[in-house]
Amino acid sequence: MSLGESATPLGKVEGLGSSHHGGHHWLEERFTSVALLLLSLWLIFSLIMLPVLDRAMFREWLGSAWGAVPMALFVIAAFKHGVDGLKVAVDDYVHDEGNRIATHFALDMAGIAGAAASLFALAKIAFGAA
Amino acid sequence: MSSPPNPRPLSPHLTIWRWGPGMLVSILHRVTGGAITVAGLAILGWWLAAIAGGDESYAKFAAVAGHPAGLIVLAGLTWAFWQHFFSGLRHIVLDTGAGYELKINKFWAMMTLVGSLFATALTWYVLLGVGK
Repeated sequence: MSLGESATPLGKVEGLGSSHHGGHHWLEERFTSVALLLLSLWLIFSLIMLPVLDRAMFREWLGSAWGAVPMALFVIAAFKHGVDGLKVAVDDYVHDEGNRIATHFALDMAGIAGAAASLFALAKIAFGAA
Repeated sequence: MSSPPNPRPLSPHLTIWRWGPGMLVSILHRVTGGAITVAGLAILGWWLAAIAGGDESYAKFAAVAGHPAGLIVLAGLTWAFWQHFFSGLRHIVLDTGAGYELKINKFWAMMTLVGSLFATALTWYVLLGVGK
């Protein structure tokens, strides 16, 4: 497709750039980053406020909705944001398109597996099965 | 997509930038982000699995986490987290188009370094200092 003088600014840049759909990815990375500003502060302050740091204390804390729900949100946001961030680095340094897509796929699989395993463990603790 | 009609510029690599606060903080954002994703999330998952797994599995986690080498890794990840936190906060401000004046940009780049060291020290002071 040739881009003449009449092409819109959006039309001139669509499909270009390293990932070819950077706008959506860029925005999602910002959404999860803002969520993590709050959730990571919550996690650090929670750990500081716990009277002791041992298994019994963690079970009691994560057995309550006030512990388990923000922790579930933290796990989801952190794995999503981490995978999104690693993909940006891959886009910059992996120039072969096939390798780039394969690496993105591997990152997605690792991130989803890690988040699922973490959420399963958290659910077990939260529902008193641990 | 193997040969685009007009080659796109490559991402700038470390070797062509002059070192300065802005450049340092930029690459640290990527390095710390990678570290807390790969090592930090692995430890988060292991910690949750260890709690869920019972006293014996938690004892294994606690032995590694409480070992001097484990504590050094955790302290390093705490710094990486705070550096990424403050640098990320700076990026959100920069995304609005603010803070690109040379002196202001350099000042806040340096402040993320000061802030992360201070917050790391404070976090561990509170975690260890109250007799836990």
